[in-house]
Formats: sequence, C-alpha cells, structure tokens
Amino acid sequence: MPAATDGPADRVTSKQFIQLEGATVRVAGDSGDGIQLLGTQLTNTSALLGNDVATFPDFPAEIRAPRGTRAGVSGFQVQFSSHDIFTPGDHLDTLVAMNPAALVTNVTDLKPGGLVIVNEDAFNAKEFKLANLDHNPLEDGSLAGYQVIRVPMTALTRKAVEELELGVKIADRCRNFFAMGLVYWLYGRDLSATLRFIRSKFGNRPDIVQANEKALRAGWDYGETTEAFACSYRVDPARLPPGSYLNLMGNQALAWGLLAAAELSGKDLFLGTYPITPASDILHELTKLKHFGIRTFQAEDEIAAVCAAIGAAFGGAMAVTTTSGPGMALKSEGIGLAVMLELPLIVVNVQRGGPSTGLPTKTEQADLFQAVYGRGGECPLPVLAAASPADCFDVAQEAWRIAVRFMTPVMLLSDGYIANGSEPWRIPRLEDLPRVEISHPEPVTDGQVFLPYDRDKRLARPWALPGTPGLMHRIGGLEKQNRTGIVSYDSDNHEAMVQLRARKVAHVASDIPLQKLDGPPAGDLLVVSWGGTFGACTTAVRRCQAEGLSVGHVHLRYLNPFPRNIGELLRSYKRVLVPELNLGQLRTFLAATYLVDAVGFNKVKGKPFAVGELVDRIKAELATVD
Amino acid sequence: MSGALPVLKPADYASNQDVRWCPGCGNYSILAQMKKVLAALQVPREKLVFISGIGCSSRFPYYMQAYGIHGIHGRAPAFATGLKATRPDLQVWVITGDGDGLSIGGNHLMHCIRRNIDVNIILFNNRIYGLTKGQYSPTSRLGAVTKSSPAGSIDNPLHPLSIAIGCEATFVARSIDTNIKHFGEVLQRAADHRGTSFIEVYQNCVVFNDGAFDYATDRDHKADTTLELEHGKPLIFGKNRDKGIRLRGLDPEIVELGAGVSERDLLCHDEQAPEPSLAYLLSRMRYPEFPEPIGVFRTVDRPRYEVELNNQIEAARAKKGRGNLEALFQTGDSWTVS
Repeated sequence: MPAATDGPADRVTSKQFIQLEGATVRVAGDSGDGIQLLGTQLTNTSALLGNDVATFPDFPAEIRAPRGTRAGVSGFQVQFSSHDIFTPGDHLDTLVAMNPAALVTNVTDLKPGGLVIVNEDAFNAKEFKLANLDHNPLEDGSLAGYQVIRVPMTALTRKAVEELELGVKIADRCRNFFAMGLVYWLYGRDLSATLRFIRSKFGNRPDIVQANEKALRAGWDYGETTEAFACSYRVDPARLPPGSYLNLMGNQALAWGLLAAAELSGKDLFLGTYPITPASDILHELTKLKHFGIRTFQAEDEIAAVCAAIGAAFGGAMAVTTTSGPGMALKSEGIGLAVMLELPLIVVNVQRGGPSTGLPTKTEQADLFQAVYGRGGECPLPVLAAASPADCFDVAQEAWRIAVRFMTPVMLLSDGYIANGSEPWRIPRLEDLPRVEISHPEPVTDGQVFLPYDRDKRLARPWALPGTPGLMHRIGGLEKQNRTGIVSYDSDNHEAMVQLRARKVAHVASDIPLQKLDGPPAGDLLVVSWGGTFGACTTAVRRCQAEGLSVGHVHLRYLNPFPRNIGELLRSYKRVLVPELNLGQLRTFLAATYLVDAVGFNKVKGKPFAVGELVDRIKAELATVD
Repeated sequence: MSGALPVLKPADYASNQDVRWCPGCGNYSILAQMKKVLAALQVPREKLVFISGIGCSSRFPYYMQAYGIHGIHGRAPAFATGLKATRPDLQVWVITGDGDGLSIGGNHLMHCIRRNIDVNIILFNNRIYGLTKGQYSPTSRLGAVTKSSPAGSIDNPLHPLSIAIGCEATFVARSIDTNIKHFGEVLQRAADHRGTSFIEVYQNCVVFNDGAFDYATDRDHKADTTLELEHGKPLIFGKNRDKGIRLRGLDPEIVELGAGVSERDLLCHDEQAPEPSLAYLLSRMRYPEFPEPIGVFRTVDRPRYEVELNNQIEAARAKKGRGNLEALFQTGDSWTVS
C-alpha cells in the first residue's frame, strides 16, 4: 500500500478517469529540450505513487546535436504499472513529441490507437526542413491510426510565465515542465515531488523556480480544462514486497554497491578511472561521497586508471576501475598484470555498442569475449554480469567478495541499458548485507621467511601490506616460483603456474550458488540469457509459460566460471535458445563448454530486446521442437 | 625502551636476489648509492616501496629489501600514484629509464609530475634501449647509429629535465652514475623533498651504448664539460674554475673570468626561483656547446596531490560527518510499501 506523498496533492482532477493496469509513455524532443529531466521526474513521481517502474533513456552521443534534426532527438521511455514489471515496455500507450523530428522518429513505436500529444507550435516550415520533411506530418494522414492531440505548448508556456517578464528564451526553457504537467494530469500523478525538485534544483534562482512551477501547473490545468481530453487515467500502486524503496539508476546502484562492499569489509574505496560513456556516472556518484573515505582518481588515461587501482590494491585499498569497451581494451595489459600479481581488483565494464567508438550512448553485450579472453597469455579471471539497475548493487558486492577470497581481479559487466535505466530498489537493512572478512598477514620478526605466493585452500595468496615489518616482498609481471614469488623462467614451473592460476579461477564455481531455473525441471525450450536482457527475457518467458508453453529460463550472473549445474540444466531441455545483444558470444561459450547445440537469437541495433520479439522467437523455436 | 633500535646498514637494504645486470653496468653504482642513502636516512624497510616499469633499470626493485612492484612498461608512475594516494605513510620510489619513462610511459610521467604527488622518480638515462638489445631511444642523439637506426636516428631527442620542468616539477636534478658522492647527495635531497622529485642520472650501458657519457665522466675533461650547480653561487666551471656562464639577452654564453669579467657578471643559480625559466635554461645547456649542469636545478614547494586528496576527505567529513550507509540510502525520495 502506498505512503506516497507528504501533504495534500497539489491538484485534484474533477474529470472522469479510467483505471489501467499500467502504461508506457515516451517523451521525445530535441536534446536541448530537457527531455531526460522530464522523464526522470515522471519516473520518480510514479515510483513515489507506488507503481513499479522501468525506464529506458535514449539520447544522441552528441551533447548538442543540430537542433530540430532527427539525429538530435532525445527520448525517455517509462513503463509504470500496478504489477511487477521487468522492462520499460515494447510499445507506447502515449507519445509526447516536442517537435516534428521527435514525432516521425518515434511514432512507429506507438500502439495502434495510441495517444500522441504534439507541441503544435513546433510544426512549422522551418522545423519541417530541419527534420528533413517536405510536408506537415500532422496532415498527411500518417497518424490516422492514432489519437492526435495538438497542444500549442510554446505559446501556452510563454503565457503562463508572462508576468515574470523573463523573456522568450527563458520562458521556452520551461516548456518541458508544461509537458510534464500535462502528462501528470493525464495519468493522475501528483505534482508535489516535482515541485519539491524544482525548489531544490533552482533554489538560487527564485524567478526560475516560479517560472517552472507556473509552467508545470499550467500543463496540468490545461489537461483539466481542455475539451481535447475527455478523461484521464489511473494506475494503482503495485504490490511490491513490503519495505522502503528508492528509484535507482544502474550506475548509481553500482556505485552504492561498491561503497557498501567497502564499508562492510572495513576498506577505503579507491576508484581509478577515466571518463567514458556510459560509465562516467559511477565516478560522478562516488566522488560526491568523500565523507565515506572514498578516493576517486581521474587518471590521465584508461591505462593509468587501472594501474593506479593496482597500486592502491597493493597498498591495501578496495581498488576499482570503471570503463566501457574501448577503455577495457586499453586496460588489458594492466588487468593481465593484476592476474599475475594476484591482487584483488574490480574492473567494471559498462558495455556500449562497439567495436571501437561504436555507439557510445547505445547498449550492447558484445564485450563478453573481451572480458573472458581479452588479454595476452593464459589469463583467466572471474566474470560477473548485472541483470538490472537494482541488481548492480548486489553484483558489485559479490564481485568484491570473490576478488578478496580468491585474490584475483574480477570483471563486472553492466551495459548502457541498465546503467541509465532505473527501477525501484528495496532499501536493504545493513544487517542483511553480506560482510566480507579480510585478513592481512601479521608482522614477522627478522629471520622468519615470508612467502608472498603461499596458498590457502582456495589457492589464494596472502594479501601482505606495505608497512608491515618483516613482510617485504616484490611482485611483478614476470613469471614466478609458487610460494616464494621469486622470478623463475623454469619451463615446468611456468606450466604449473599457468595451471594453478586457471585452477584458482575455476574453483570460484564451488564458492557461488547453483544456477536457478525459472520453469519446470525439464521441458522443450530453455532460454539462457545474461546481463541486461534479464527483464525482457523474464517477461517473455513468463508470458509463454502463462500460455502453457514448455519453456524454462536461466539467467546467468556468473559467466566465468559457470555455476556447477549449468550442464545439467542445459541437458534437461530439448532445445536451448540464447538471446543476446551480440552475434552469439555466450552461445559460443556454452557450445564449447557443454557441447550443446544452442540456437542464438541475436540483435545488434544498439537497442534492448522487445518482449514481443522474444515471445515470437520462442514460439517459432518451439514449433520446430519434436 | 629496551635498548636502541637496530641500526640499518646499507647491506640490510639488499634483497636475497642475485643482481643480474651486465658486468660493468652503471646500474650497480646507482644501486649501491641508494642503499647507502637509505641507511644514512635510516628509512624503515617496511615503509619503502620501489616501483618500476620494464627495461634494465626496472629490475631494480627485485634487488632491494623493501616492498616492490615490477610493473608493466611505462606505467610505474601510475602504480605509484594509486599507492601514494591511499598510503601517504610510505616512501615511494619510481625507477624508470629513458625508454620506459619518456617513450611508452611519457604520459604517466608528465601527469605524475604535474600532480606533484610525493614520489621520487629516478630516470636512468643511457640513451639506448638495452633490454631489447640496442634500439635507439627517445634520448638518443640525432644520427645515432643503432640496430634500429643503421642510417642514423632522425628522431629529435627529448631532454628529460626540460620535460620535467615543463610539467612544473617541484624538484629537478641531474647526476652521473660514476660520480658517487654527487649522486648520493642528490638522492638524499630528493628523498627529503616533499612532492615529486625527478632525477635524471646519466647511466652508462656498457653493451649497447658504451661511452655515451665519457665526455662528462672523463677525468681530464669533466671539469670543462659539466657544471656543478650550487644554490646561490655563480655558474663557474673549468679545471681552473676560470670559466663561467653569463646571460646575454635570454641566452647563456660562456665567458672567461678575468679580463673585465668578474663573478658578479655571471648567472647566479637560484634553485628556489618561483619561476622555472632559469631551470629550463639550464636544462637546455648541452655538450659540446656548453658544460652540462649537474645537481639540483629546481626545488620549490607546491601542494601535493595526496595531501589535497586526503584534505578533501577530511573537509567532507567535517561538513557532513563520517559517511553512514543507512543515511545515504535514505537520501532522495523514498517510499514505503507496507
């Protein structure tokens, strides 16, 4: 049950409303229109109302792409619902288009009969030209299957703030709040949270606060008074498990997960990083949290970032480096050294479209091969992947647990979709969070021999810290003798060490949970997925299961090594389908490891899977199973 | 107290590893001086960390009874930065060479110096790639005939001290491997300096570039080919100390003392000059046109990275209190489902 707002609602509608289970709304406009802010506010307000929410921001790589053009369109999609949801939705119930370019590039995602609200004032010859249109798309019949509502947003916003005499330029910058107010009216959202946001965000500019408030309320009032809308909609709170919730974006959840791991293992966090889309927000978040003893180091390049993290790890810090695909390539040699040094380190790769610079702001899962194999020599390390924005919090802690228990760098894969997407995160109680026990060898008196590459039962070596009397030792990239750590070029020793490092990482499998199966213990088709496709795959499989189809689902968090029961699960189903946002990287691993003739469903469009396309693919595959 | 602390001797700083540089390599005397200076300063061994990259010089950490990382090519300053930023209590030395520090690792060297993180960088300059067996390096002279430049190097060489000064280094010095006393003094001053210390040491590679610094080490000529810098003293050199450096406009010139030229006309060394122009001018003086200065070119105070970083943490704590996870999780708009 919701305890959503503090104080009375700012506005209450007197019109009729229709109850819905959920709705998918996308706002789209120019990248300078404040679309991301609009979307974030709508999401937070919906979450506060108690809806389950899932978001998908989609924006161009350019900071200010040419105004009014199709390339400059920025979008933000949110699904809010009164039941559990895992994706931001395939098709739109409502599209808000702030200009012609936004309309024509987004309208095809609208459901038949869906609602499209346009800023009528932006539909003029100049804007048509910028959008590469030779006519008005509102009048060519292309919108015949939709309900189109034209709102002169520019004029109405200017009028709403007119008495403040701020000038047209500033008035127009309030337009996103007008659109927001209208959407809030349409879906029965309360204005309070956004009014609070306006006051805290623009607090030092009282005139801007006033203008945005006026625009927001004017948008709401427009919905209430115009004849264009006969009714509005309601989406009740979802029945989420009891607890306190926060709407969290993936990168923020990841940052908090790293912090929680540091705090609960008694370590100070050191982040060595270099700015790169879409990973930079982890740096932005952590650098705000200096009072936790977090040291963030913005290095001169990706290589220095990982090497500084290695230096910090040697000194005893919880060391992390964050990046995306191209940056991970640059870090390869450093990560290889960390494998050789056997120091704990977390390498976060928030994947984006590749190769090379690729699609910086779009999502993809094509760095799995790089994560597992992308280094010189036999260079194994554990690889984990986050499944959703909130899951980033848990996976970050698990990565640290493995890193210190096995004295190894750990690769944590996220992706642009979950990094920028958000969902409700149940605020954990501290006592429920895992605690990682870390011990460092004690000083020894002169004469006693310290063995820096001695092994415990997990094959992990001791983490001896500089400053400890008697434990002076040297580590390096050269091959070394086991136990003593002395440089060794002996051929048998090298083979033994290569095997030992491989065995150590393989042992991680005995320290992680067995893989869970969503579905019957055996059946016709097993869907195997990993990373950010969790939501879409889960929704698609459950939909098929609800129709009585024989489908199971395995979503992998651990990609190297795999959980011990994966082979068994794969063999329990007649067919294995591996949907991935790449050309079949997990499928290749599964085929090579378990000799399973898995079928791929692959997409590399810089976009997440739609539930519908997965359902169709599952059904098509099932039709061919004997 | 139950008696005095044991006194560390130079040999106590030696690890149990056999030193494997070529016989006659200049590195031996650098290693010996390092151990002597550390013993003179009585630095606890557990507080010492030597970090290197790749190359002959980079084997140095293995030979010291201290903590050490033999890292990857060119990245030693980056490891050192991460370590010193989190462990300001340690004394960190970076050992690098002309290839490691100025070629593949030029970027890290530059940024380490400009951040003024409190590490001591020793760049062993032998003007050749030794470990890869004799290719020209970024400090090889124009025309240097090497395995990879049989027709002579056409790469204009870099001058390590000019680069360090260009990066606003707060301590810049030069010495020579065989000039044991001088090198020992420079090392000690580098160890004492707070902030990045950068030392270029001329180091003879007996195998691939033997004699590269004979002009500066030869007993008969070194008084004329080098100039020992002393703070507050005029720039005088020569076997008979009868030559000096005078400024003509913005350029240095060599003058003979006497015959109307007195010490007062000479350029006076000021290692603490706030502006680095003088140090830069000195770094540009090269044999055979000029004697090459050795000693401390520049030593000034500037905020250190690791101090500032930790100050920011203290400031944040003073303002917000120590971080508390539960409080953090409650920031922003949360809601409760019962």
